[in-house]
Amino acid sequence: MSFNLKDYYQDLSKGDVLLAYKGSITSELINDVLEGVEKKLDDVHEESKTRKKIYNVLVESMQNLFHHIEEYHEGISEDLDPKFGVVVIEKENGLYKVTTGNFVNSTKIKFLKEKIDKINSLTKDELKDMYKFILNHQKLSAKGGGGLGLVDIARKTGNKLEYAFYNYNNNYYFFNLTIRI
Amino acid sequence: MEPINIEGTPKTPSVKFDKESGVMEIKGRSIPENSIEFYKPLVDWLEDYAKSPLKRTQVDVQLEYFNTSSSKCILDVFKKLEAIHKAKNEVIINWYYEEDDEDMLEAGEDYESIIRVPFKMIEIVD
Repeated sequence: MSFNLKDYYQDLSKGDVLLAYKGSITSELINDVLEGVEKKLDDVHEESKTRKKIYNVLVESMQNLFHHIEEYHEGISEDLDPKFGVVVIEKENGLYKVTTGNFVNSTKIKFLKEKIDKINSLTKDELKDMYKFILNHQKLSAKGGGGLGLVDIARKTGNKLEYAFYNYNNNYYFFNLTIRI
Repeated sequence: MEPINIEGTPKTPSVKFDKESGVMEIKGRSIPENSIEFYKPLVDWLEDYAKSPLKRTQVDVQLEYFNTSSSKCILDVFKKLEAIHKAKNEVIINWYYEEDDEDMLEAGEDYESIIRVPFKMIEIVD
């Protein structure tokens, strides 16, 4: 069965949701999400350590979307906003869960999969070394991305990155990334 | 040299660079999507300052959050300081972190291990 965006989003938005969004991932949207979530975490008096980790994860995961999502997706029948992505934040079994979703060109799947598998295979100390190596040796892209976002998320949460690629059509997969904090 | 005096925003820190006092301050949140735009003038300023620095330069970094895009730019700032230090001038980086914010402390230690400038880790207690 091929991927159905509507069902996917509905499924995601079922739990104890703090925020669910689908649409253009813009700089303003990132501001709004951060502000909204910060306020909600403040309202429930979440401890500052957890709050900061969630905030960091949100910044990195949304800015990853911002930097990497294609403006337009050719051959996708859905009526998508430009730079379309999904962000959902919920609480599940006592942990916070940040999920992002976006369409990814088939040609990029292998690279992305290998990168995440590599990160997931590393210990805490190895992640630190990897972070420092990339920090010190790789240049920022023209868009300002540093290739450090996922490493940073894995380091700060101490949890594995959970991901799935759902086939959409010949050109696109839908990439789901779940981060638990 | 004109001092730098930038007000903070929700995504960028407040910055005060002053050649007269030799005290530089970066404070607040640094989470812009494109950090190069924000940090390039700071790095350029330091490059100029490095030509005739004061005997003692103090840099206070007090960040609540910074994203990975900023982390590289902050490293570029520190590399300029390293050059000043290497030229036999005193440089000290005060790295502030909030009580219990181990991630921020660790981030400071990461820089300390890369950059050859004395760091002082300072815990902010409420």
